[in-house]
Amino acid sequence: MAQLTYRDAVARGIAQEMRRDERVLLVGEDVAGAGGVFKTTVGLLDEFGPTRVVDTPISEQAILGAAMGAAMTGLRPVAEIMFSDFFAVCWDIVVNQIAKTRYMTGGQVSLPLVIKTGNGGGLRFGAQHSQSIENWAMAIPGLKVVTPSTPEDVVGLMAAAIRDDDPVIFCEHKGLYASKGEVPDGDIIDSLGTAKVRRPGRDATILSLGMMVPRALAAAEALAARGMDVEVIDVRSLVPLDTQTILGSVSRTGRLFTVEENPQLLGWGAEIASLASDECFWDLDGPIQRITTPHIPLPSADSLEDLVMPSEESIATTIEKALQS
Amino acid sequence: MRSPLTDHVYGQHASVLPPQDQTRHDGDDIDLAVRTGLYRSMREMRVFEKRAYDLFMKQLVKGTSHLSLGMEAIAAGFGQAMRRDDYTFATYRGHAHTLARGVPMTPVLAELLGRANGLLGGKGGSMHLTSVEHGMMGSYAIIGAHLTIANGAAWSAQYRGSGQVAVCFFGDGTTNIGAFHEALNYAAVYKLPVVFVCENNMYMEYTSIFDITAVERPAADRASAYGLEPVLIDGNDADEVYLAAGRALDRARAGDGPSLIEAVTYRHGGHSRADPGKYRPSEEVEAWKAYDPLDVYRDRLIRLGVSADELLAIDAEVLAAVDTATQEAIAGDLPAPESAFTDLWADGGWSWRN
Repeated sequence: MAQLTYRDAVARGIAQEMRRDERVLLVGEDVAGAGGVFKTTVGLLDEFGPTRVVDTPISEQAILGAAMGAAMTGLRPVAEIMFSDFFAVCWDIVVNQIAKTRYMTGGQVSLPLVIKTGNGGGLRFGAQHSQSIENWAMAIPGLKVVTPSTPEDVVGLMAAAIRDDDPVIFCEHKGLYASKGEVPDGDIIDSLGTAKVRRPGRDATILSLGMMVPRALAAAEALAARGMDVEVIDVRSLVPLDTQTILGSVSRTGRLFTVEENPQLLGWGAEIASLASDECFWDLDGPIQRITTPHIPLPSADSLEDLVMPSEESIATTIEKALQS
Repeated sequence: MRSPLTDHVYGQHASVLPPQDQTRHDGDDIDLAVRTGLYRSMREMRVFEKRAYDLFMKQLVKGTSHLSLGMEAIAAGFGQAMRRDDYTFATYRGHAHTLARGVPMTPVLAELLGRANGLLGGKGGSMHLTSVEHGMMGSYAIIGAHLTIANGAAWSAQYRGSGQVAVCFFGDGTTNIGAFHEALNYAAVYKLPVVFVCENNMYMEYTSIFDITAVERPAADRASAYGLEPVLIDGNDADEVYLAAGRALDRARAGDGPSLIEAVTYRHGGHSRADPGKYRPSEEVEAWKAYDPLDVYRDRLIRLGVSADELLAIDAEVLAAVDTATQEAIAGDLPAPESAFTDLWADGGWSWRN
C-alpha cells in the first residue's frame, strides 16, 4: 500500500498493462519524452522505449486513426487526446469510425483501444480547455466511457479499459491529477460498468462523477452535521452503466440528486433521472434534482468558474433545501 | 497562376483529355498470366457494377451507390500487385477494390441488396464493404478518415515486423481535407509501410477538382510537402498501375516509407446514383469513354497474341459469375430482425447497462 497521486496512477496503470502485454502501445502528443503535459505518462518511454511509447505531431485525427488501424490489426493501443476539448477536431474518427465499425462490419472488426484524455474544469483554463465531454461520448452507441475519481480506480479502470475488447474513452479529471490516495501494491484490475458507493446513507442518493465525487462527499459530511444522512455513489462508468447499484440505492433512499460538472442540457444525470422515473418512480419520495453547471461555457476567472461549477456548498445547500421542503 | 472559377463559368471549363498513345506499355515486362488476370479482374468489376446499376434501377439496390465504371484499372492493377496479406482501405466507391481482393461477388451484391447473406449481414451497405479475411479492411464513407486508419494498420505491420503493406485509395477531393495532410505527414515521419493512391477522376463530387485546388495536380503537387516524390500515373492503363503499385509496395516493404501516387482516370458516370454528371464537357466525356481501360487492355492483349476466343471465354465466365451472384443475392433472405441488435460490442450484444 502506497500513497500515489492520481497522475502517477495513470502511468502505473498503463505500465502494469504494457509489462503484461507487448501489444499495448502508447501514442500521443508529448507522451514520450516529456512524460505528458500533465505528467501522466512519466517513465513509460524509459521503460518501454520509443517503439512502444510514441510522440506524435499535433494531429489528433492521425493519432486516433493510427490507434484504430492498429487495433483492427492485432494491437491494443492507448492513445492520448491531451485536452478532451480537442476531441472536437477528431470527432469523426471517434464517432463515425471507431464507434461504428464493429457494428457496420457485422462484427468482423475488433477495436480494443483506449483513448485517455485530460477532462474537466476547475483549473482556470477557460472554455476551450475545461469541458467535461463524457456526455458527448455517452451519446454515441459503440463507445464505453469511464471517469475514475481516485488513484486506485485510475489504475484498476485503466487496466480494465486496456483489457476490454471494445473502445473505451478514459476521462481523467485534470482537477484531480494532484490528489493523492492509497493504492494497494501489485496488479489492480477493476471492472468497467461498476459504480461504487463511497459513503452509505439512508436519506438520499447523490450520484457524482470525477471531481464532483470529492465535492459530493464533502457536502455529505456537511449535511451529516446537520442531521441528514446521504449516500454518495461514484458512478465511475457511464457506459456500461451500473443501474443495479444506482437504482437500488434510489429505491432504498427514495430521493435522487445528481452532481454533474457538465452544462445542464442532456447531461448524464438527465439520462439516469429518466431511468429512475421509468423504473423506480413509486419508490421516490420527492422530485429528482440535478445539480449541474448552468448551460454556459466555463469562464476562466477563478471567481466566476467557482461560482458556476457545483461546489460543496451549493451541493449541500440544494440538497438540504430539497430534503427539508 | 490560374484563377479557379474566375476564368470560366461553372461546368464550362476546358476539357482535360486522355493520352493518345495506347501502345506504350505493350513491351513492359509483365507476365502474360498476370495480364490476363488484370483483364479478368477489370471485367469482373465492370460487369458487376453494371449489374448493380441495373438492380438499382429495378429498386432492388436501395440507398445510394458510387460506381467506379471507367476507373477499374487502378483497383485491378493494385489487386494483382498486392500480397495476399496486404491491407486495402477504400472509400464509399469501393465495390471494385473489394472484388480486387478476391471477395466473392454474391456476398457483395447481397450486401447492396440488404440481404442476410450480404458481406456485412445488411448492416453496412454499399459504402462500407469489408472483408477482413481477404485483407479488405473496409470502405470508409467520410472523406479523409481512412488515410489515418491505414496508417494505423501500417504501424501495426511495422511493429509486428510482418512485412505487410497498407494500401489506401481515395479520390481527388480528399486532397483538400485536413485528414489527408495529417496522414501524409504522419506516415512520412514514421516511415510507415503505406501506399496512398489518389484516384484523380478530376471531379470532387460535382465540381472540377482543378477549380477548387491551389495546385495543378491535387496529390502529386502536395507530395514534396511531405518529403515524398511526386508520382503521377495513367490510371486507365492497368499495366502502368500494376508496375507503379509494385514499385511502391516494394519500397514500403523495404522499410523506405510511404508513397503517394496520383492515378489520373475518369468515371464514366456521375458521383453517385443521384448525379447524371452533366457538369462535364461532352467532348471530355466522349474522349475518356473512348479511352476505356477495358478496351485499352483488350486491344493490348490481342496485340500480344492472346486470342479473341480466349478473351471471349473470360467474358462469358465473368458474366456467368455475375448472373449466379445476382440470383443468389436476390434469393437471399432479409436480415433477421434480431440481427439489428448484435455486434455493437465484442460480446456480440448491444447492452449499455446491467
